Amino acid sequence: MAVDTKQQDQALAGHSREELLDLHHLMLLNRRFEEKVGEMYTRAKVGGFLHLNIGEEATFVGAIKALRPGDYVYSTYREHGHAISHGVDPKRVMAELFGRVDGTSRGRGGSMHLFDPEKRFMGGYAIVAGSIALAVGTAMAVQYRDGDEVVMSIFGDGATNNGTFHESLNLAKVWNLPVLFVCVNNQYGMGSAVERVSAVKEMYRKAWGYDIPAERVDGMDIVAVLDAARAAAQSIRDEKTPYFLEAVTYRYRGHSMADPQVYRSKEEVEEWRKRDAIEGFRHRLREAGIASDDDFDAHEKDVERIVQEAVDFADASPEPDPSTDLTQDVYAGDLPVTWR
Amino acid sequence: MPEITYREALNQALREEMLRDESVLLLGEDIGVFDGSFKVTQGLYKEFGERRVKDTPISEDTIVGAGVGAAMAGLRPVVEIMTVNFSLLATDQVVNHAAKIRYMFGGHATVPLVIRMPGGGGHQLGAQHSQSLEVWYANIPGLVVVAPATPADAKGLLKTSIRDDNPVVFIENEGLYNTKGEVPEGEFLPPLGQADVKRQGTDVSLVSHSRMVLLCLAAADQLAQEGIEAEVVDLRSLRPLDVATIRTSVEKTNHAVVVEEGWGSYGITAETAALIYEAAFDFLESPVARISGVEVPMPYAKQMEQACIPTVEQIVAGAKKTLGKAA
Repeated sequence: MAVDTKQQDQALAGHSREELLDLHHLMLLNRRFEEKVGEMYTRAKVGGFLHLNIGEEATFVGAIKALRPGDYVYSTYREHGHAISHGVDPKRVMAELFGRVDGTSRGRGGSMHLFDPEKRFMGGYAIVAGSIALAVGTAMAVQYRDGDEVVMSIFGDGATNNGTFHESLNLAKVWNLPVLFVCVNNQYGMGSAVERVSAVKEMYRKAWGYDIPAERVDGMDIVAVLDAARAAAQSIRDEKTPYFLEAVTYRYRGHSMADPQVYRSKEEVEEWRKRDAIEGFRHRLREAGIASDDDFDAHEKDVERIVQEAVDFADASPEPDPSTDLTQDVYAGDLPVTWR
Repeated sequence: MPEITYREALNQALREEMLRDESVLLLGEDIGVFDGSFKVTQGLYKEFGERRVKDTPISEDTIVGAGVGAAMAGLRPVVEIMTVNFSLLATDQVVNHAAKIRYMFGGHATVPLVIRMPGGGGHQLGAQHSQSLEVWYANIPGLVVVAPATPADAKGLLKTSIRDDNPVVFIENEGLYNTKGEVPEGEFLPPLGQADVKRQGTDVSLVSHSRMVLLCLAAADQLAQEGIEAEVVDLRSLRPLDVATIRTSVEKTNHAVVVEEGWGSYGITAETAALIYEAAFDFLESPVARISGVEVPMPYAKQMEQACIPTVEQIVAGAKKTLGKAA
């Protein structure tokens, strides 16, 4: 049932209350999950590099919730929330971060390499722009089989300066493959501001060079992202052409946990926090009479439970045993692995 | 058995596997309308159409990446990179993606992909078109690296590679495409990771792969005229490498010459020599002789280029040296 908004928030019209609350729940889950992961990192439960997505929730929740079951998602190294939003069990995500056997990648991948083929979450990859080419290939397989799935390729603004990005957009358009390119523009590639490293300041304009329809949305507005991504996915299925969506956002934390953030001011971060996607969405839902603080409090309790269960699950999961596990799965089949 | 060229053998393998399995498709630069730079895919575009024989832009990294992504979604792509030299543009997809995906995702992903490319010199193509870089890929866990020497192995191993569930870097040699040999009729599927003794001998083992196997066989002929029986071991697969066959041969002959067309430092001969020392040291009666390409960027002028590539005479001399005989 469509919502009858008290205020004139046209964007909310056409979405059911259930869907809107679901978006809120998922954004909140991702935020609390990431906060907990940060805490676990400082307690040395999580090792390696850790790239948190706090601040960016509206971009990936909005984009991924626009997909249908069976659609594919390829991601980057800032992908915990991308996986969870595409249906990957937070327990298995946390277990992977803990390096345990019940993790999505049996403890071999870590934070940057989550994977769940059943959900068609096709992986987090740690080479900037690398996974864009893979998404193009999977889209080629979809087209080869005459399927109607969409393949979503999520990447950052930094990836748009890489050759593989350009090769991939070109090939996707040459073959008119069902790829939805989603550029999460958080305005910094590590510590380099977009305007310092990109000749074109709006990422979506780069798709014009390949005749791919493209648009830019406010990445702090969950409904704007969802609507744009849903229209894009429909366009891909109907028009048989790729589509490019840029969602402008901001990450509140550093590039990774090891980032002193000398490249930006505290004031800038504070300015963006005022536009927080979750707070802003709550305000709209309240103003429209769709949800109240009681609903949000209930969500807080629920996501706290889910996150705690994930931590408990990860803690209880065994560590992999090098004597039995180390050389497994280097190859499919029984090809030997050298271990001197 | 019919005698066909190495090129025809590869073409037959591709065609037969495409007829056998709908999920096999070809990707590459100028493999379709143009019929392939080295004509390995000749006639396949005409027979199978552009759905299954896909001409691509000159985008090596993304061609391989697309192959990986298609393989992860259940197809069996065969990607042609025009030559090994251009594959360097795709090393990110080969090394960081194809080779890693199965393991780093806990065994939950499969990448049944073949990446074909010819290497080798000898055609006056200069420094950027004449390299033998198989060792770059042979170093990488997660990849299978195959480098056949004969039409029979080219056909059989390509078919095996296409049916295998691993990413296979399949290295051909430009100097082999026109060579002829007998190819078994019917299903011939040599296993990956298994060397083949191409000639039996008792006095010295000549260990090599790809085109150098032909030089080793010619060297063995010459040595036989002088009463030296050389055994020729064709590695066929560089990863996994068949240590057992190398060891068995050296245990029998007690002498070894290792040969490669590419640069020997950190190379295939470095690896095979080390393996022989590790696995058969007590059986050796003399140091292993290493023969490999001269370590310069390949020059253009004919005499200069020929001086870079190992010769039959060098292999004969190497064998005699291990046996303590004057060259």
